Amino acid sequence: MATIVEITEEKALEVKNFEFTYAGADVPSVKKLDMPVAKNSITALIGPSGCGKTTLLRSFNRMHDLYPGNKYEGEILFKERNILLPKEDLIRLRIQIGMIFQKPTAFPMSIFDNVAYGLRLQGLKNKTELKDRVEKALQDAAIWNEVKDRLTHDANGLSGGQQQRLCIARAVAVEPEVLLFDEPTSALDPISTGGIEELIVQLRERVSIIIVTHNMQQAARVSDYTGFMYLGELIELGRTEELFVTPREKLTEEYITGKFG
Amino acid sequence: MTHTQKRIFTSQVVMVLSTASAVVGIGFLFWILGVLIINGVDALTLTIFTTEGTPPGSGSGGLKHALVGQLMLVFYASMFGVPLGVLAGTYLSEYSQKSKIGEMIRDISDIMMSAPSIVIGAFVYAIVVAPMGHFSGWAGSIALTIIMLPIVLRTTDDMLQLVPSTLREAAFALGAPKYKVILQVVYRGAKAGILTGILLAVARVGGETAPLLFTSFNDNFLNMDMMQPVASLTVTMYNYATSPYEDWQKLGWAAAFILSMFILAINILGRLILLKKKVK
Repeated sequence: MATIVEITEEKALEVKNFEFTYAGADVPSVKKLDMPVAKNSITALIGPSGCGKTTLLRSFNRMHDLYPGNKYEGEILFKERNILLPKEDLIRLRIQIGMIFQKPTAFPMSIFDNVAYGLRLQGLKNKTELKDRVEKALQDAAIWNEVKDRLTHDANGLSGGQQQRLCIARAVAVEPEVLLFDEPTSALDPISTGGIEELIVQLRERVSIIIVTHNMQQAARVSDYTGFMYLGELIELGRTEELFVTPREKLTEEYITGKFG
Repeated sequence: MTHTQKRIFTSQVVMVLSTASAVVGIGFLFWILGVLIINGVDALTLTIFTTEGTPPGSGSGGLKHALVGQLMLVFYASMFGVPLGVLAGTYLSEYSQKSKIGEMIRDISDIMMSAPSIVIGAFVYAIVVAPMGHFSGWAGSIALTIIMLPIVLRTTDDMLQLVPSTLREAAFALGAPKYKVILQVVYRGAKAGILTGILLAVARVGGETAPLLFTSFNDNFLNMDMMQPVASLTVTMYNYATSPYEDWQKLGWAAAFILSMFILAINILGRLILLKKKVK
């Protein structure tokens, strides 16, 4: 059984007895998983490739529904409802739970339109309000000073690190309650990575964050809680400083000391 | 000969052979263009664009009827073919989710693309011309639509598939409904490619003769009624060039020249759109 530390904060999400099976697969990729996610804190998910951490992350905003045949079981509780039920309104869910991807996903439109995209989807048409909220989002994502003079330029002209911050601005613009980061810095250089990490830490005040990372140092640097996953199971969830210094599970210790993975 | 010398020798032989083949290929292209320009420009006068066909021997005829007819046939074919092709391509790429039906449509469309155009002409003759009892512009446009459809469909499908799936996911992750993801994000990403595909398809049907021979037939005078036979540059060219009259033959050259320039221009435009996209 997994070793799960007591969460003292309020919970943003709670995973209960969750299983996920990809279309056509015989065995589930995530097995009988229980996990609390603390509110206004950063939870990192680490583990070797194929351990199911990204699969779990993509379940929180039901990304798997885009491809037919995938199967969820168990519960993920968010705002006192099970978001895995078929009646869940996915559009509302994805506004409340945003996502940042591994590769920057700037849309083929201007910088302004990128950030305004989510706001316009929600029917915001007032030009002044739109402008204010785009500016605020860009400031929140620490990219305003770099782009304020070229808001009408194509977003694809930005560097990789800038594009990733633009994507974060786009995601925070709609004021989500949870942000999911799927290895957000694995395509970036060390300096851009540092910038994104700083940003993630700052965002914690307003959103609850779950970040999947291959980089254990990154998990140690930014997160409050760290979950170690292996073969589709959560082996251990602990306070980050404790998990990396005094892991309670032998598997966790072997992984963080580099014995496998 | 040492091993190295042998390799250098082989390399040079292959280089000479491939260069020579390229020169022969391009040589024919420029030969065709050269003959076309010499004879075409020679036959080209301003009155060609303003007068209709006249009986052979009068020497005062023009191609206005064929030009207008050609544009009408291609225009209506594009009106049907482009939306149908783009929508069908969108279905394949965005909605069919690798289903059996999707794969089947893709295969059939590929087969249709290589179907001889004269067979399509015969088909339209059987289903449109025969029941109507006479040739018509509509029949010609329908035949061109059928030729155009698989090209537009396939390029749309291919270009949409080139848009990375993470871009779609990112739009969904912001709470966008599927039709908005397609209209606002996916189409935008594939815009240049789809537009080029459409232009190439228009250029392709613009040069067709066989399917028009027994659908829109021909007319030596200007006719804007699509219910009646409509002249086209290609069929006019065929009729004039094979006639024994010198002034008609000259007009045939002029028609060939105009048609080639038209298609060349569309092709160049298509390339420019792609080029501009890449520079960005």
